[in-house]
Amino acid sequence: MSYDKAAEERLSELVSAFICHASGHLPDDVRKRLSEMAEVENEGFAPEIYNVMKKNMEMADKLGRPSCQDTGIPQFFARVGTKFPFLDEIEPALIDAVKKATERAPLRHNAVEVFDEYNTGNNIGHKVPWIDWELVQDSDQLELYFYMAGGGCSLPGMAKVLMPLEGYEGIAKAVFDQMTTYGVNACPPCLVGIGIAGSAEVAAKLSKKALLRPVGSHNENPKAAQMEKDFEEGLNSIGLGPGGFGGKLSVMGVNIEQAARHPATLAMGLSTACWAHRRAGIRISPDFTYDFFTHKGVTL
Amino acid sequence: MSTFYFTTPVSDEDIRKVHIGDVIYLTGDITTGRDDVHIRVVNGGKDSPVDLKGKAIFHAGPIMKKISAEGEPDKYKVISVGPTTSMRMEKAEAEFLKATGTKIIIGKGGMGPKTTQGCVDNCAIHTIFPGGCAVVAAEECVDVEGVEWLDLGMPEAMWKLKAENFGPLIVSIDSYGNNLIENNKVEFQSKKEAALEGLKGKLDFMH
Repeated sequence: MSYDKAAEERLSELVSAFICHASGHLPDDVRKRLSEMAEVENEGFAPEIYNVMKKNMEMADKLGRPSCQDTGIPQFFARVGTKFPFLDEIEPALIDAVKKATERAPLRHNAVEVFDEYNTGNNIGHKVPWIDWELVQDSDQLELYFYMAGGGCSLPGMAKVLMPLEGYEGIAKAVFDQMTTYGVNACPPCLVGIGIAGSAEVAAKLSKKALLRPVGSHNENPKAAQMEKDFEEGLNSIGLGPGGFGGKLSVMGVNIEQAARHPATLAMGLSTACWAHRRAGIRISPDFTYDFFTHKGVTL
Repeated sequence: MSTFYFTTPVSDEDIRKVHIGDVIYLTGDITTGRDDVHIRVVNGGKDSPVDLKGKAIFHAGPIMKKISAEGEPDKYKVISVGPTTSMRMEKAEAEFLKATGTKIIIGKGGMGPKTTQGCVDNCAIHTIFPGGCAVVAAEECVDVEGVEWLDLGMPEAMWKLKAENFGPLIVSIDSYGNNLIENNKVEFQSKKEAALEGLKGKLDFMH
């Protein structure tokens, strides 16, 4: 089948509109959790900070602007149905969509070439937008997540390989150490993503994928789900509060994803999402109709 | 906790009035400057092209939009400008204060002992604007006077902003050597130990 330029164009227009909307609007689950947290945080600096956060969300919507100036380095996580008809067109369309959204939203210029050390000025760089690919059997859909990985909330990111004798308590220590140091500056309340696997890069990638899961969702493994709840409760007992000014709570939630490990290693990865967690998910059909499932009721 | 309304240039006398936990709303000159500006001034020994005496440096990399037509002098508008992580500037901030005479640092999250000493030595303060609230901040910047060092790229350039009642700016380091976020971190560390203790026995999946 020959390359379908018209399909690339339709896909890139749709994805560009999707990115522009995501830059100014937090997903439904994050907005819900933030308003629940604001209800609880009624002492100290917390109420004023939650008020400014709320005002900011309203103004970004009203003025049609990116809600945070750091629109991140663009990352896509694509789950591609093996029967989606435009496989060749996806990658060029995504790159073009980032270019268009950079002009239209507008997004901040965030791609700095390594070694040559210059800002490319359009968010396109070597291997950027970063695209993560997964195949989905017997599906004709393209499921896309866009994530704006801001600098502040990327700074606490880490991965390390523990020895099994350090146990899951070693993971707890690494996460809690990081959240009470770097996490304070990462625009809390954060969503905490943890990956557990056999090697550093798998754990790191899973930790980012954990952030794509909705706030309040739980791992299918009951032990992992319990660990998510225990970590959330433990981190909340520290009371980082919004902006690290102290409060009754610390995090929007803790999401854990896992892959089987090597008998001799226990690798862990950590990624954090700031309160302005601009993750957006869309499912696109072969006729370009779509389900913008992280932002219900929005027409692009 | 008190609230202050200051206009730039800010005097030493004004700076000495404020303590950690106070809130400031600032009117006047605010210039953005983050990693690369600090590297150029402190490591590179270059003079700041913007006179910062008595004024504010804003750790921020904004989204700006050119609004002037082709052939006209460049004119920009702030689309979105929130604070960035101040701790990245910790290595250079004390020397930056000394080199430029900056009185108010605006950023996000705390800064460390070097900056705290720098604030004492140069009668300056560090303040925090709520992170992620970049449209609120943009709307409090009523004009863009110009830009310097645009060769560093949009986020790293020095954008000269005119602000009106810019805030809330929560004072996190005062000129007396107090550091609000460091104090908080000490508390967080002790609570962390208790939280980890509370997890004991709940994570024994290997036993």
